[in-house]
Amino acid sequence: MKGRRDYVRLSGRLFVPLLLPAILLIVWQIVVSLGVYPEFIIPSPLAVFEKFVEVLGNGRLLTNTWATLSQTLVGLVIGVLGGVVLGYAIAKNRLLDDVLSPLVITLQSTPVVAYAPLLVIWFGSGPTSKIVTSALIVFFPMLMNTVVGLNSVPASLRDLMRSLRATPWQMFTHLEVPAAMPLLLGGLKVSATLAVIGSVVGEFVSARAGLGWLINDARYNFDTPLVLVAVFMLAVIARTLYALVGLLERRMLAWRR
Amino acid sequence: MILPRPIRTTSFPQRTESDVTSVSLAAQQLSVTYTLAGNRPLPALGPTTFAIPAGQFVCLVGPSGCGKSTLVRALAGLEQPTSGTALVADRPVVEPPAQVGIMFQDANLMPWRTVLDNMALPLELTGVARDEREQAVFDLLPQLGLSEFAHAYPGDLSGGMAQRVALGRVLVRRPGALLLDEPFGALDALTREQIGLDLLAFWRQEGQTILMVTHDIHEAVLLADRVLVMSRRPGRLLADIPVTLDRPRAISDTYHEAFGQIAAEVRTAIERA
Ligand SMILES: Nc1ncnc2c1ncn2[C@@H]1O[C@H](COP(=O)(O)OP(=O)(O)OP(=O)(O)O)[C@@H](O)[C@H]1O
Ligand SMILES: [Mg+2]
Repeated sequence: MKGRRDYVRLSGRLFVPLLLPAILLIVWQIVVSLGVYPEFIIPSPLAVFEKFVEVLGNGRLLTNTWATLSQTLVGLVIGVLGGVVLGYAIAKNRLLDDVLSPLVITLQSTPVVAYAPLLVIWFGSGPTSKIVTSALIVFFPMLMNTVVGLNSVPASLRDLMRSLRATPWQMFTHLEVPAAMPLLLGGLKVSATLAVIGSVVGEFVSARAGLGWLINDARYNFDTPLVLVAVFMLAVIARTLYALVGLLERRMLAWRR
Repeated sequence: MILPRPIRTTSFPQRTESDVTSVSLAAQQLSVTYTLAGNRPLPALGPTTFAIPAGQFVCLVGPSGCGKSTLVRALAGLEQPTSGTALVADRPVVEPPAQVGIMFQDANLMPWRTVLDNMALPLELTGVARDEREQAVFDLLPQLGLSEFAHAYPGDLSGGMAQRVALGRVLVRRPGALLLDEPFGALDALTREQIGLDLLAFWRQEGQTILMVTHDIHEAVLLADRVLVMSRRPGRLLADIPVTLDRPRAISDTYHEAFGQIAAEVRTAIERA
């Protein structure tokens, strides 16, 4: 009785999220079948799937996915580390805060797309410029969340740690890191998807490989199915990274439930 | 109803053996002035002078905002005196002394740590091995009524239980003096009374010096050897009232005539504040 209810609930939880995509797929097929738009504007789902199999088979898809993914991950790591380190310094040092904060906020408000061409000029059209773009776009939210996270450490817990004669290092490891963890992980979650955007923006400007580059290339050749395949892959990358951070969050913040 | 009961004449042996070395607490012309925005000075405390011999249980009462927390924080090394000296074991306090444990009005637990890990924190910070510190916590849990909650998170505890964890955390290091700043202030009367008696039991075992701030005259007279009364801000010592009731004490003592007299004396002193 109970087992059956649980089974129904579980299958419900697995299938409900798939419902909307299924409906969209059907609507898509109907629109194509009505023949309102030519194939190169809206290709059929089947054409896209065939393209997917083709580029998967000849290795084009995986090569370019790997190019984007590796740039994204390296950029993510650099941006997160940089943001956390500088955020810590700003939160701890009033002078540094006064000097850096206005600059940081100005830079953050500037759209990446605007300065991405500059990064390509400076760092070339290889992976480096994409890594830099990813790192930069990740850096700001990570920095902000670190500062806010550290400032959110309750003064009463600092007093407690002081009364227990904690060393500065213990203050960091036993209080500041765990207290700021929800905000750090929140920042990381946002950063994971932003890092993908950074890579793709860099690839749009100028590149020799990557999913962003593949999209541009396919577009010039009116290969709309390939554009869609590449977009789909990007969505998969971003969604997977997001889910991985979510998993990390569930494990590390178990106490919040 | 006031129950007639025989007046105890025998005084009980105060405490069993304990390896805790209790330490004295004192203030010499201690005063603290805070600096508010715009450099305006706010005299919060004193100058105040008093001495608490090692092993004594003293309660501190006084009007709200008179500087009780400030005094406790100065003794704990969390606040620098503007003038005068705070003394622990006859030595001036310049940084938080190792022999002193402080407990605040809020339980002040780390929400990401279980009850066990919260209580073990002081030992963890001094480098005690995991087995040993967990053993120390498990030894305390039954007396605190927390046996079943070792692995619960603070978010799942009631206010009274959280405060018991905080009490356990301050006791686990076995400090020579306890500074308790309205530790049970936020609890309901019954819970408060029970934790107060539990605290007395711990004190009988360990014999630490205790300075406890409270708003509750009843609680002060029930627990303390001595009640200090402070004046309005900046707080100075107004009265020093000995509580000459036998120990061990129980709730039934509060119905006793002598109890009522001392409580009345404390109340009169506070009203003069
Ligand atoms: N960090 C601070 N900065 C400035 N003023 C403070 C600070 N801490 C306390 N004060 C002020 O000092 C005075 C004494 O405060 P304190 O907290 O010691 O009083 P208290 O006797 O503990 O009061 P209560 O019974 O309400 O807890 C109050 O007027 C308070 O506003
Ligand atoms: Mg107070």
